[in-house]
Amino acid sequence: MSSYLAGRVASLILSLLVASIVIFVILEVLPGDPAQFILGMNARPDTLAALRTQLGLDGPAFMRYFGWVLGMLHGDFGLSYTYRVPVSELIVQRIGVSLPLAVYALALTLLIAFPAGLLAAARRNSASDISVMGVTQLGVALPNFWFAIILVWVFAVTLHWFGAGGFPGWDKGFWFGIRALTLPAIALALPQASILARVMRSALLDTLEEDYIRTARAKGLTRAQTLWRHAVRNALIPVLTIIGLQFAFLLAGGIIIENVFTLPGLGRLIFQGITQRDLIVVKSVVMLLVFAVIFVNFLVDLSYLAVDPRLRRR
Amino acid sequence: MRLQGKANMRKSLILLALAGALLSTTAFAAPRTDLTIGIQLEPTNLDPTTGGAAAAIRTVTNLNVFNGLTRIDKDGAVQPDLATSWDISPDGLTYTFHLKTDVKFSDGTPFSADDVKWTLDRDRGADSKSAQKQLFAAIASVDVVDPATVKITLSQPQGDLPYNLGWGDAVIVSQKTAETNVTNPIGTGPYILGEWVKADHLTLVPNPNYAGTKPALDKVTFKFISDPTAASSAVQAGDVDVFSGFPAPELLEQFKSNPDFQVIVGSSQGETIVAMNNAHPPLDNVKVREAIAHAIDRKAIIDGAQFGYGTPIGSFYPPGDPAYVDLTDLSNYDPAKSKQMLADAGVTDLTLTFKVPPAAYARASAPIIQQELADVGVKVNVVNVEWADWIANVFQGAYDYDLTMVSHVEANDFAAFGKPGYYPNYKADALNKLVADLNATTDPAKQISIKQDIQKQLANDFAAIYVFELPNITVANKDVQGLWVNAPQPTTDLSAISWKE
Repeated sequence: MSSYLAGRVASLILSLLVASIVIFVILEVLPGDPAQFILGMNARPDTLAALRTQLGLDGPAFMRYFGWVLGMLHGDFGLSYTYRVPVSELIVQRIGVSLPLAVYALALTLLIAFPAGLLAAARRNSASDISVMGVTQLGVALPNFWFAIILVWVFAVTLHWFGAGGFPGWDKGFWFGIRALTLPAIALALPQASILARVMRSALLDTLEEDYIRTARAKGLTRAQTLWRHAVRNALIPVLTIIGLQFAFLLAGGIIIENVFTLPGLGRLIFQGITQRDLIVVKSVVMLLVFAVIFVNFLVDLSYLAVDPRLRRR
Repeated sequence: MRLQGKANMRKSLILLALAGALLSTTAFAAPRTDLTIGIQLEPTNLDPTTGGAAAAIRTVTNLNVFNGLTRIDKDGAVQPDLATSWDISPDGLTYTFHLKTDVKFSDGTPFSADDVKWTLDRDRGADSKSAQKQLFAAIASVDVVDPATVKITLSQPQGDLPYNLGWGDAVIVSQKTAETNVTNPIGTGPYILGEWVKADHLTLVPNPNYAGTKPALDKVTFKFISDPTAASSAVQAGDVDVFSGFPAPELLEQFKSNPDFQVIVGSSQGETIVAMNNAHPPLDNVKVREAIAHAIDRKAIIDGAQFGYGTPIGSFYPPGDPAYVDLTDLSNYDPAKSKQMLADAGVTDLTLTFKVPPAAYARASAPIIQQELADVGVKVNVVNVEWADWIANVFQGAYDYDLTMVSHVEANDFAAFGKPGYYPNYKADALNKLVADLNATTDPAKQISIKQDIQKQLANDFAAIYVFELPNITVANKDVQGLWVNAPQPTTDLSAISWKE
């Protein structure tokens, strides 16, 4: 178990190091000068030079790389070029939207996918299996931004049950926040739930064909008992892997949904940062997301330990 | 009979109740005093003097939070603001501004001539971070005569000085709070910043230290919605009362046909042009530039790329301005003439590189322009570039382009065409002379006639293909009044806006 853990930790650190170098280099070679972008088309050379100095854009690249990495290790992400506030402040505000949205969407995903996947696998080829497969096929195929626009049209424009978008801030009250996140969470969850339900179904069907299932049935367990005691646990490894990937996607990849619902999340922060050449924001947020993805995968690796006792002996 | 009487009584009771309900609603129907305005881009910060060129900074702060010595009104004319009047010396080199005396900044600090001097000296100084430093380029010194009088001395005449001082960039700030204006703006206007939920909305609330007339609105929310479809949904759902700079002209019809909304289409300051690199042969030949201009059908572009919204222009000047002259006939759509002129100039097998920035109007126009030039035998390679790339390699640096399309959104920006090293590489001696003449005069009638000569010069030189003026589109609840039709400057004049009774 300790060698398994040590391997996972080493891979986590190495991935972060490589990611930081890749991110820094890509943003270095990206054309466009942040100072020029801020000051616009009428900027004069002397104003540009003054602003570049203020933003810390002069100096050799490797010095700026080490400055950036050391700063992050101390929790100092620098000052946003365009917003002129600490990047950490921006990140904290945006996580306050992106993280609850990802958790909300993941909770909906699990609530839909688990029963649907179980039902489909337990009653293979029945009417319920076929309808689950049909609906999830549709769920995978529908682009989520289109689904989001339909949701806005029905529930905001026509029925006025929800606002068409935006986020009032958590200080307006918990339920106002939840209300603003409900349509986006549904739009995000539907395709993910469809994928997960199908993975769940096929993983269960695979395990149901194993010899030990037949043995369990031969011992006299009912179909339902075999499913719950033996099949579900063994089918969990691929399901957990997919959940890990989905959570990372929901956290980082909600940008299209954030745009449709004008939510102030991390995805839009990166998008704005790139178009406005607020490179310090882009660097730090992308690094944070890389960390989140790698860390979630690390947690998934650890969860295998809980599910699969054989790994604990290594 | 009796039964009927009962029924009548019931009827009159219902009528009475209805009348009562009507009365009570009218009694309580005082006009609303809150307003939510949708805008596409969030201001990156709230300091128009150092915070960069983003128009949204001015859209929110100008006239509302900050004031300048002068202001530009809804028709683009100069009006007094912090200065009540000004005198100009006969040689046009000295401007004496007389200031309001009862003005305080919103933190309670009194406003005086010292603030004017400090702000203007910072704007034009060596460490200036102003995005429009050229506005102050002619100023040689700023002197405080007394607390209510300030004297600005110029190094050369500049008739447009009062206009320049009305830009949102030229507002007066207090030295005490200048450093923190980016997040906590302290100005002399009727409003102060309430809350700012980044990337979602900000609110403006009345400034308790404001001495002028109290505006009708006591809470204004600016909501930031960048996606065109989301903007349209927000207006339909009633999330916003006004959307200023509505980004989806293709979705306007549904609002026009709905009596709950008003659609206001005015003119902006955005001259949208296809710039030609005058330094790249054969585009250095004015006849070739003219030939290419005749190949372009403005109407096709406005209809195809702008859904019909946009005013054709024939020179580099906004149609909303008093000095505007219509010169579109000089470069009318005439492909036969275009072909003939190209043949006369000995141009065959011409291939041009068209660098297209990500603005919606440019991306939608590029294929139309490509086709129109193909019709006269000019091959166009369309290359889509990102804004930052465009600024680095088209607008500056190598000027690596033959054609590009961009909207010049700032007021009075024709003079920029004559700057050495400005991206069209236009040989501008005649223009620069006219600009110098314009600066040397303070007579409004003479200014207008020179501005018309400038338009003619730019049109006759075919320095660029002048295509259309970007529209200023506002969609609003039908009961909101006082909205500006045109946008002579990026400004939302909240004091003028109110709800109908």
